[in-house]
Amino acid sequence: MKKIEAIIRTSKFIEVRDALREVGIDFFSYWDATGVGNEIEKGEHSYRGTVYDTSFIPRQLLTIVVRDVNLQKTVDAILKAAKTGIVGDGKIFVSEIQESYRIRNSEKGDTSLYNSEK
Amino acid sequence: MKKYILLIFLMLTTASSSSYIYATKTADPNGATTGTISDVTAKTVGKPTIDEIGTQVGHNKIAINMVWLLLTGFLVFFMQAGFALVETGFTRAKNASHTMAMNLFVYPAGMLAFYACGFAIMFGGVGTLGTLGGFDGLNQEVSISLFGHTFGLFGTKGFFMNGMTDVAVLGFFLFQTVFMDAAATIPTGAMAERWKFASFAIFGFIVGGLIYPIYGNWVWGGGWLATLGSNFGLGHGHVDFAGSSVVHLTGGVLAFVGAKMIGPRIGKYNRDGSPNAIPGHNIPMAVLGTLVLAFGWFGFNSGSTLAGTDLRFSVVAFNTMIASCGGALIATLWMWFIRGKKPDLSMMCNGLLAGLVAITAPCAFVSPAGALAIGLISGAIVVEVAFFVERKLKIDDPVGAIAVHGANGLWGCLALGLFADGTYGDGLNGVAGAVTGLFYGGGAGQFIAEFIGVSTNLIFVGLAGWVVFKLLDVTIGNRVPADVELAGLDVHEMGAEGYSGIKLDKNSETPLSR
Repeated sequence: MKKIEAIIRTSKFIEVRDALREVGIDFFSYWDATGVGNEIEKGEHSYRGTVYDTSFIPRQLLTIVVRDVNLQKTVDAILKAAKTGIVGDGKIFVSEIQESYRIRNSEKGDTSLYNSEK
Repeated sequence: MKKYILLIFLMLTTASSSSYIYATKTADPNGATTGTISDVTAKTVGKPTIDEIGTQVGHNKIAINMVWLLLTGFLVFFMQAGFALVETGFTRAKNASHTMAMNLFVYPAGMLAFYACGFAIMFGGVGTLGTLGGFDGLNQEVSISLFGHTFGLFGTKGFFMNGMTDVAVLGFFLFQTVFMDAAATIPTGAMAERWKFASFAIFGFIVGGLIYPIYGNWVWGGGWLATLGSNFGLGHGHVDFAGSSVVHLTGGVLAFVGAKMIGPRIGKYNRDGSPNAIPGHNIPMAVLGTLVLAFGWFGFNSGSTLAGTDLRFSVVAFNTMIASCGGALIATLWMWFIRGKKPDLSMMCNGLLAGLVAITAPCAFVSPAGALAIGLISGAIVVEVAFFVERKLKIDDPVGAIAVHGANGLWGCLALGLFADGTYGDGLNGVAGAVTGLFYGGGAGQFIAEFIGVSTNLIFVGLAGWVVFKLLDVTIGNRVPADVELAGLDVHEMGAEGYSGIKLDKNSETPLSR
């Protein structure tokens, strides 16, 4: 089992979601993430004549836990759907997951990740 | 059950329609025949004597005046909502409850102080309420005699509205109270986000009971600024139709003194003195408040005729409208192309209000073109003064109250001395002839009277405000502790957040002073 964490552009969220659905990801969680970095803002902020810089960069953070067999196609789907080619497209991190349980019936292991009853 | 309700309903319908059948007066769907000679109060219905007709006409005239006075008074009351929305919209979410509370509490505090002593001081010697039926119980003005002239200082009739049961005086009280509340709520904007509520509450009583009424007496209550004309031949004395000086300059000066003494908000200025932006948390709220104020202002200015039968209020309303549009237009363009790069929305709001403040004194005395000129100039004044106050004087005024109410209140009064076109105001303040300014061949007299009026305001209200703020500062303190200010005043001062249950990024709301 692997955990994929992807930080993507907010504007690419819908495309990534649809791409993930196509490769068979039934469920994933996401958060509104805010980063601080060196990216130049497009619209300059000014209030009552004073220019200011929030330097907050809004992004979406997706967390998906997949079986090892599905890892590559999931990552590929995100890589393809989230790309614009401009600095700031985001990152994907993959890490090992030790164990997984389904709370409803205490099922554990790979089968707890997908619905085998269907 | 249902059928009984239906039955009762049917019975009521039958009963009410049958009463029409037996009525002597036929229904009048277009209104043309409603109101006839038989509606004139008379001993013999339908055959009134000439005296009875005269009485009815006089009664109707005063009734029209009274309806106008009260309706416009209610409009001015609604401006409290405008002030609350503007000030809260231009400040941060963590202080929303506190800013709103100040704007609400100034109404009961100021009103009760005005009831206890403010009204008596301001209007206790105003004389006859001519347009409201001639009530003459307000007839004691304390004055001193110097150089053979009488200087009215304050009135003394009507403490706790004692003996004031006339319909005229109670309506008049309502109208004047809501004006006073407008003045008292101006400093809450300039001192928002750091003013201790206890200190503010006491301030509310003092401004409504003493500071505002004393200056108001000098201008509107028959005091010495009003009689500059009859005493010294300076035009019609200090003329202020609806309160550029009495209401707005007073509020602006108090805002200036208070904001200077309380100091800037944490994070407003860097070590080198350059300002940081502290954006308001709800600009749509501020825009709504601005438009509520502009709506109420039609009552503020037009109602100041104190008479619905004085048709000059149509000119007043027009001038009010055109000046506010001029102010908003120039303030926007000024920010867009001269002072900044964007048509700043907060300054657009300030510009609209600046035009309104500036036209408040001269609204009844100027031509439409004059009103437009006054408004256009006010738009430039508001931006330049806002920058001057923020960048040169280093006074932190979150909502621009000093630039809007102070600077333009002053400009409005001076503009009256320049632009008054000599078509209105015959007999005003006991001086024959219409009010005429410098540009219309009236000489410098009216301008000098206005100049004395605003200078007096700056000195008197400035000093009185300084003393009050200083006393509050050394006794209970004006400013909340720094940790309270950083966390937001809502919980510490008021007990609960303005936006309970909503997650606020309080850290990002205060810029770092570099």
